[in-house]
Amino acid sequence: MPETRPTLGQPASATLPTSSPVSEQVTLRVKDFNAWYGAFHALHNITMDIPSQRVTSLIGPSGCGKSTFLRWINRMNDLVPNARAEGVMQLDQDDVLDRNFDVVELRRRVGMVFQKPNPFPKSIYENIAFGPRLHKRFHRSDLDALVEQSLRAAAIWDEVKDRLHNSALGLSGGQQQRLCIARAIAVGPEVLLMDEPCSALDPRSTASVEALIRELRQTFTIVVVTHNMQQAARVSDLTAFFFEGKLIEAGATDGMFTNPKNKQTEDYVTGRFG
Amino acid sequence: MSAISAKAASSAVALARKGVARSDAIRNAWEFVIRGLLGCTALISIAITVGIIGILLRETIAFIQLPEIELTDFLFGTTWSPLLGAEKHFGIWPLICGTFLVSVVAAMTAIPLGLITAIYLSEYATASKRAFLKPVIEILAGVPTVVYGFFALLVITPALQGACNFIFGTPIFSGYNAGAAGIAVGIMILPIVASLSEDAMQSVPRSLREGAYALGSTKFDVSVKVVTPAALSGILASCFLAITRAIGETMVVALAAGGLAHMTLNPADQVQTMTAYMVQIFLGDAPAFGVENLSSYAVAMVLFILTLVLSIIGNILLNRYREVYE
Amino acid sequence: MSNISLQTKRILKNRAFLALCLLSTSATILILALLIVSIILQGSHFLFNSDALSAVFAHGELSQIPKIFRWDFLTNFASRFPEKAGIYAAIIGSVWVCVICALLALPLGIGTAIYLEEFAPKNRWTALIDFNIRNLAGVPSIVYGILGLTAFTRMFGLFGSDKNSALAFGPDDAWWHIQFPFGQGLLAGGLTLMLVVLPIVIISSREALRAVPSSLRQASLAIGATPWQTASKITLPAAIPSILTGAILAMSRAMGEAAPLLVLGIPVFIANTPDNLNDNFTVLPFQIFNWAGRPQESFHQLAASAIVVLLVVLICFNGVAVYLRQKLRKPMA
Repeated sequence: MPETRPTLGQPASATLPTSSPVSEQVTLRVKDFNAWYGAFHALHNITMDIPSQRVTSLIGPSGCGKSTFLRWINRMNDLVPNARAEGVMQLDQDDVLDRNFDVVELRRRVGMVFQKPNPFPKSIYENIAFGPRLHKRFHRSDLDALVEQSLRAAAIWDEVKDRLHNSALGLSGGQQQRLCIARAIAVGPEVLLMDEPCSALDPRSTASVEALIRELRQTFTIVVVTHNMQQAARVSDLTAFFFEGKLIEAGATDGMFTNPKNKQTEDYVTGRFG
Repeated sequence: MSAISAKAASSAVALARKGVARSDAIRNAWEFVIRGLLGCTALISIAITVGIIGILLRETIAFIQLPEIELTDFLFGTTWSPLLGAEKHFGIWPLICGTFLVSVVAAMTAIPLGLITAIYLSEYATASKRAFLKPVIEILAGVPTVVYGFFALLVITPALQGACNFIFGTPIFSGYNAGAAGIAVGIMILPIVASLSEDAMQSVPRSLREGAYALGSTKFDVSVKVVTPAALSGILASCFLAITRAIGETMVVALAAGGLAHMTLNPADQVQTMTAYMVQIFLGDAPAFGVENLSSYAVAMVLFILTLVLSIIGNILLNRYREVYE
Repeated sequence: MSNISLQTKRILKNRAFLALCLLSTSATILILALLIVSIILQGSHFLFNSDALSAVFAHGELSQIPKIFRWDFLTNFASRFPEKAGIYAAIIGSVWVCVICALLALPLGIGTAIYLEEFAPKNRWTALIDFNIRNLAGVPSIVYGILGLTAFTRMFGLFGSDKNSALAFGPDDAWWHIQFPFGQGLLAGGLTLMLVVLPIVIISSREALRAVPSSLRQASLAIGATPWQTASKITLPAAIPSILTGAILAMSRAMGEAAPLLVLGIPVFIANTPDNLNDNFTVLPFQIFNWAGRPQESFHQLAASAIVVLLVVLICFNGVAVYLRQKLRKPMA
């Protein structure tokens, strides 16, 4: 494995190494990616590849640009006035940043789970069925099966199977967050983006969501933003460290925490700042 | 759970891809149509403004171009006698004066009462008292203006006359007068002052109040010296918007203020406001294109400009406080 | 020593101010009470039957209860003779014109609100539209009457006069008869009131939409819903209770407006109810205005009675608003 040793101010350029010996498929290819909010240059020359069916976590102190980066992957930043981006961001072969690329299509392929659980004020069933029904027509039985499998995939089926038609707002915070994960799964995405998915949850719910993330990587490419380094260490295969809008270091999670190559990464993961 | 979850995830994905895709083209077309339709509804408000300005301008210009009308006389004249005899005068100032007098009385009624009520609701009242008082005040805002007209003419005026008769031995107030109309308009706009000011006071951050209490201030000090100044632009906005309403109020003055246009600042006298003049013309059988009829459009133009300016000032002030605290 | 007196002074000041607050707040309530009591007292003559009242309350004759109210006040047309006068035409006219106004103002107002909140880019044009709407809310209603007179009653003179219309459909006595210009008909009245309440509907609907947490919008967009799908399936259903409340308040405003209709030239005395959208009508507030403006006391009493009826209708409106808000706000079972 070639030694890459990015220093501060010099963007990291790293194909993420993996623990798997099998030739790695890359789902998301990012090259010389820059993003701005108005005049503020939020991300500088990010270059990284995010491999399929792995959990990649983005860590760094608040304001480092990790969430901005995540929100460009499904173009949620389109909603922010004055937000713009340049560079290459390819999902499989498609250019995510292409203005003509249909965001509806993109978001169907790239699901997202938010920081705070945000179930719709509808029934549990309707929450899950909302997405699939937007995009496709289903037979009733298929839709029922899809709802069930999505809820099972999010490990919440057993808790809600008897009250599918009750309001989702009656669930606990941890249940709501798993419902939101199920809702994202039900559309059949390739990639799942998670923006600090556990920061609003209690420790027990956090544990169950983390277990779920590790499980789901067999099916999805998962990108998790987290400010919690232990969490990154627990759930992810690969970790990317952002600082002041730059990608400082990226690599296998184990190596990153035990043997960081960059001084700043070391300072951050050992808790000297951030 | 582990293996189950992963297996369910892949079958969910398989199921999700199984459905019959809906047409993107239809969806995009529908989206385009809806966006266009909604955009058109938003343009209606612009069309309304353009319509008002266009019509008022056209008729006002027609009015000014009449041979018997002098623009300077209209803008600076102090005699308004469009219906009396052969000698007609169209000097707008008596109508502005009447409007001003009624609005001043209304403001003097509504602003002190409304502000103190707002301070009480925002700073002193308990949650349960607020829950009772706010709807009561909002009822005042929901009462139709013609009801206030009735109230002014048949309750406030006799009450003022009776009080003056008791104190001074003469009624002083005439049967139609600016004072009673002004008080009734004041009651009508009181809820605007009270509820907008209260909103402004409520959006003053708690930390500011806590800071003042920590220095040993009483509730009075906090309300009057901290919260009120901090909410000042919102309070001013509420006053401007309320006065805008007072100037444009029609039914109260048409019923209770009288029909004599003259220069007076005596609230016991009868006056004619701009709106009351318009009512007089549109109710009467003045020919549709005569000089009297056209004069009502010119008056409407002045009224429109006046209320527009006040409303713009009010909304700018409102935006300012919203920018500061939201 | 001086410290203590200063302290006392401040506490006294605080107390005095609280007393002032209580005084002015109770003055507000007192005014409302005075308004209601004085109107009910003046209006009681034409609303209640004094014989039946004394029969029921003094002699306990319960069979007389239905006769307490003078129902003929509600079912008679207006008249020169106060004892025969009623408000039937005015009630029917008010209801019709409000229904037309609601059918026009609600879709347009809510549509505008959805556009501005959910679709419009945040640019200078949107800011202009927003500013325009806020200022339209401050335009006196009588000025809207002038716009209505020119645009709807006379239609800029494009189709002749309303007595001699150049464009009409259907026989004169058909319920679907319609002619241009609209004259002083229901359609002109409803459209004019629409102008008056449109800014109110837009502003209250926008506030209702803005109160929906943006996290719901993001969740919907993130699973690939389009802006319209998000608005129609997520945001609007969540905002509907507050939108309806605002809409009903706007309709009460329309119900109480007389000035803009007065400008259109609607008649006071009318001896039939409208048959079609071009038919003449009158409304309660205008009827009240007319009666209150007469010198005879019995017409004042008629005005007060009509006010009581109008207020009862408005209270019912507001009751419905409160009920809807409570019912729809309850989270789904």
